[in-house]
Amino acid sequence: MSTLHDQIKQVIDTEPVTVFIKGTPEAPACGNSMRAMQALWQAGAPIVAVDVLPDPRIRQELTSLSEWPTIPQVFVKGELIGGADITEEMHASGALKEKIDEALGEHTQFVRTVELALD
Amino acid sequence: MAANTILALLDHVFPGGDVAVEDRTGGGDHFQVTVTSERFNGLSLIEQHKLVNAALAAPLADGTIHELRIRTKGTA
Repeated sequence: MSTLHDQIKQVIDTEPVTVFIKGTPEAPACGNSMRAMQALWQAGAPIVAVDVLPDPRIRQELTSLSEWPTIPQVFVKGELIGGADITEEMHASGALKEKIDEALGEHTQFVRTVELALD
Repeated sequence: MAANTILALLDHVFPGGDVAVEDRTGGGDHFQVTVTSERFNGLSLIEQHKLVNAALAAPLADGTIHELRIRTKGTA
């Protein structure tokens, strides 16, 4: 089985838009995770969500990889966009939709969750 | 952690900047920080937020700050 680090990197690099959150899209456990997802959804982004709560190592590995200390974290095509504040601010100015459309081209919208394999 | 402690950490990194810290819940672990500084001029939002995160790296890493909301602005 690949390491947690490799799994996280793979999701970030292969999914169009990944958001690491506390909880699930159906039941977010944190208001900031919800804010980020709402902004993404309204900007027309497909959302692949990864819950960091099942194991503290997920957040540790993610932060060592992204050098971003807080949750949520939003990635578009492998690039860290920021947390809830930046995502909301970019949505308000229209920059988020622009970024998504530019990075993904023509795309459909969906919400999916990815569970990381823990040993 | 007192809002004043966070204010001091940010003032140190953004001398001459305009820094405001609000304890959102009164519990000393949910904060809204607003920083206006010339250091942000020409930087992208994510680079600006990274500077704020770096200034508060220690209390973020040890969990003293449970939630941090950031608003940044350049002076240009």
